[in-house]
Amino acid sequence: MATATAPATPHEAHAAHPPESFIRHYIFSLDHKMIGKQYYFVTLFMALVGGGLAMLVRAHLAAPERGLLDPGTYLAAATMHGTVMIFFFLTTILTGFFGNFLIPLMIGAGDMAFPFLNMLSFWTFVPSVLILLASFFVPGGPAGNGWTSYAPLSALPQASPGSGLGQTLWLVAILILMTSSLFGGLNFLTTIINMRARGLSMGRLPLTIWGIFFTAILALLSFPVLMAALVMLLLDRTAGTSFFVPAGVLIGGNVVPHSGGEALLWQHLFWFFGHPEVYILILGPMGIVSDIISTFSRKPIFGYTAMVLSMAAIGFLSFLVWGHHMFVSGMNPILGATFTISTMIIAIPSAIKTFNWLTTLWQGRIQFSTALLYAVAFVSLFVTGGLSGIFLAASPVDLYFHDTYFVVAHFHFVMASAALFAIFAGTYYWFPKIFGRMMNETLGKIHFVLTFIGIYGTFFPMHFLGTHGMSRRLYTPSTYPFLASVQPLDVFISASAFMLGAAQLIFVYNFFNSALRGPKAEPNPWHANTLEWTAESPPPHGNWPEPPVVYRWPYDYGVPGAADDYLPQTVPGSPALAGHAGRAGDGHGAGDGHAGGGS
Amino acid sequence: MASWSEAQDHRRAGVWTGILVLAILVAGVGSFVIAKYKWWLQPLASVQGRVIDQYFNWILLVTAIAFIATHLFLAAALMRYGARGGERASYWHEHLGAELTWTIVPGVAFIALGILGVFTWSKLYSAPPPNAQVVEVTGRQFFWYVRYPGADGRFARTDPKFVSQSNPLGLDPGDPAVKTNLVVLNELHMVNNRPIEVRVRSVDVIHSFFLPNFRVKQDAVPGRTIPIWFTPDKEGTYQIACAQLCGTGHYTMRGNVTVESQAAFDQWLQQQAAH
Ligand code: HEM
Ligand SMILES: [Cu+2]
Ligand SMILES: [Cu+2]
Repeated sequence: MATATAPATPHEAHAAHPPESFIRHYIFSLDHKMIGKQYYFVTLFMALVGGGLAMLVRAHLAAPERGLLDPGTYLAAATMHGTVMIFFFLTTILTGFFGNFLIPLMIGAGDMAFPFLNMLSFWTFVPSVLILLASFFVPGGPAGNGWTSYAPLSALPQASPGSGLGQTLWLVAILILMTSSLFGGLNFLTTIINMRARGLSMGRLPLTIWGIFFTAILALLSFPVLMAALVMLLLDRTAGTSFFVPAGVLIGGNVVPHSGGEALLWQHLFWFFGHPEVYILILGPMGIVSDIISTFSRKPIFGYTAMVLSMAAIGFLSFLVWGHHMFVSGMNPILGATFTISTMIIAIPSAIKTFNWLTTLWQGRIQFSTALLYAVAFVSLFVTGGLSGIFLAASPVDLYFHDTYFVVAHFHFVMASAALFAIFAGTYYWFPKIFGRMMNETLGKIHFVLTFIGIYGTFFPMHFLGTHGMSRRLYTPSTYPFLASVQPLDVFISASAFMLGAAQLIFVYNFFNSALRGPKAEPNPWHANTLEWTAESPPPHGNWPEPPVVYRWPYDYGVPGAADDYLPQTVPGSPALAGHAGRAGDGHGAGDGHAGGGS
Repeated sequence: MASWSEAQDHRRAGVWTGILVLAILVAGVGSFVIAKYKWWLQPLASVQGRVIDQYFNWILLVTAIAFIATHLFLAAALMRYGARGGERASYWHEHLGAELTWTIVPGVAFIALGILGVFTWSKLYSAPPPNAQVVEVTGRQFFWYVRYPGADGRFARTDPKFVSQSNPLGLDPGDPAVKTNLVVLNELHMVNNRPIEVRVRSVDVIHSFFLPNFRVKQDAVPGRTIPIWFTPDKEGTYQIACAQLCGTGHYTMRGNVTVESQAAFDQWLQQQAAH
């Protein structure tokens, strides 16, 4: 797949910027929009790789006795599927694409604070992709120990075929990826804090930017922990240290030459990163969905302040709950009680957000664009996935469900499905801004219906594999007699997954066809309020000839008395509108006007 | 120039989207009902499991209400509020009462469930009763070794340096307890209604000792011996599964559990010792 040939950007060389060489423009670009697009193309490619692996896994599980894959290949496929999807698709598209493309445009800046660092983050990401892909071709194949790579299985190359060179490359690839993300995260925070347009107080930031803002903070605090763990594991594997390997471990009848390590240390470090990571994958989507729901309900987002505070609460609490992945690991049972309570508490801000989205729709004038459909489906998926999380938060119930398909169902609803839907919503929504062309809405809606049904068909029945006690990562479930009765479910799941996979081809077609041949887009086709819609479609290098000035918050839809049902942030407040709880016309620095109270 | 027409009538799209959401709701609830008959929790065979299942049912009740309520709300909003022509939405975006309601109601529900969880959990992780039978279960790629201590109740020391074909756990031949220790492959026998303490360990990688019928799961972590206890209360044969990925043979790592009377158990133990 061509990664650097962004189509349909004819008038990018704006008067203010001299024309650039091909290499400067398309490859080593410093423009945040081009870097964003580069990220989009590479991560879309990775999504296809990850999706292909999922299809392989599902093809095998539809009829395991036929042995389409051998056990080692099966585990490698499942491991690489998870790794690619989490690290190389979701994490990277949310920050690398949405972060890079949207931050300057939505805060009224010409570019990122550090354009060169931005380019560096993309060009650090590329080698990590290449190293990960290379691991498919090394002797022994890619890593096969699950995307969590629990030690000591992952620490001892002789422990399993999936622990060989492929596991080393896995560690190196993720280490480089984390470095690249840190470059990005620093840049995001600096840009959001320092480069907002005049009048754009923090209290007037669109929720998309708030989501990315908290994502960047979470990444800066949690990625270094994983990086340290990755280096330690790398040393255990190659330099004879033993951080994670206790004394006396026998592999193939021989005692390995390690002693003094602690296997659970890997899990603590991994999940101290891993739990914030799952919120890294959902805070950005929560912001995106909030903006899209408000825009297409033609109604202000309900409870703006509560939305921001609940994101902050989720972000903070996410560092206090990692132990809910370790209820059965053998850690002190007293900690089990603690982590149950902290996890239940984190469900509260999630519930607040859900009700606020629903209330935003209530009494709106909903316009059923494809983007809106994906955004409301996000709410459904998030509810479904969040509620199964309650079962897993309850440590006694988790005794039964841990490492079964119930967990697989849960995380595929909250992160895979919900985050994926927000990415689709965002793509359909911002496509006109990215490429200056409209996507085909009819294809978009077909894609939506098939994907929504496909997602539920694939992941909902996995709850029942879980209730029946089926462990995940099982090559052939029927080796356990008590699981013989689940085979029809597995067949149904595979059939849904194939439909889901096939539906994505519609998206890929629509995406490229529209980018090349779609009808030209206006600057503000959805009549939205945020700043990016005041720039041309697509915006030139530098985004605006003059930096925009902000007079109001981004959610003034349906303001009574206003000429239009939307008031972009750059429209000065008029006295006629000032009456509404002092919100519309309150001039500079008055985001605090939204701080609460009834209206 | 293509644009998004404001004056479009979206009511029909709203009705269809609402129907789609309702279909998901019906399919979701309906499939749970079917699953209750076909793929529900494994038949229960322990005293502790009963508390866990009750707790599970409470959570199911609360989450089912939330699932149904939120999807009904969503479907209703989509069906009722499709845009029509140039009509405006109503303009409001804060309501302290509403926000407090949906902070406090779920908050109380989740925290109540959490507290119930803490109580349930502390029941499961108390000290084992003194009359408990004690066994040791060791995971090793890809088998479960079950060690019974014998009449003196003592487990012999183990050391990896003694491991051999005939001594897979590396029991120290110098320890007198070796004579009465009995190591059996993939067979866990327990006495009905008698508490059993299982000391879970591993000699290589992490495995997970999973007894679905007893609602028991404990990772087997190399370098640690982790005791758990429970009381089987239904005679029969069940399975041990491995729940933690432990290598390519992970899916073959299984064992049998037999719950039987004291007499049957004693007889079985004697038979094994005679081998
Ligand atoms: C086409 C849609 C998808 C299908 C059919 C699918 C299927 C599966 C299956 C069958 C497994 C279980 C493998 C096993 O444990 O044996 C799995 C695991 C996993 N999936 Fe997906 N998946 C899909 C999309 C995604 C997405 C978008 C993500 C991104 C977060 C994702 C993340 C994961 C992760 C992290 C695991 C755990 C991997 C492991 O257990 O080693 N999946 N998926
Ligand atoms: Cu977590
Ligand atoms: Cu295993």
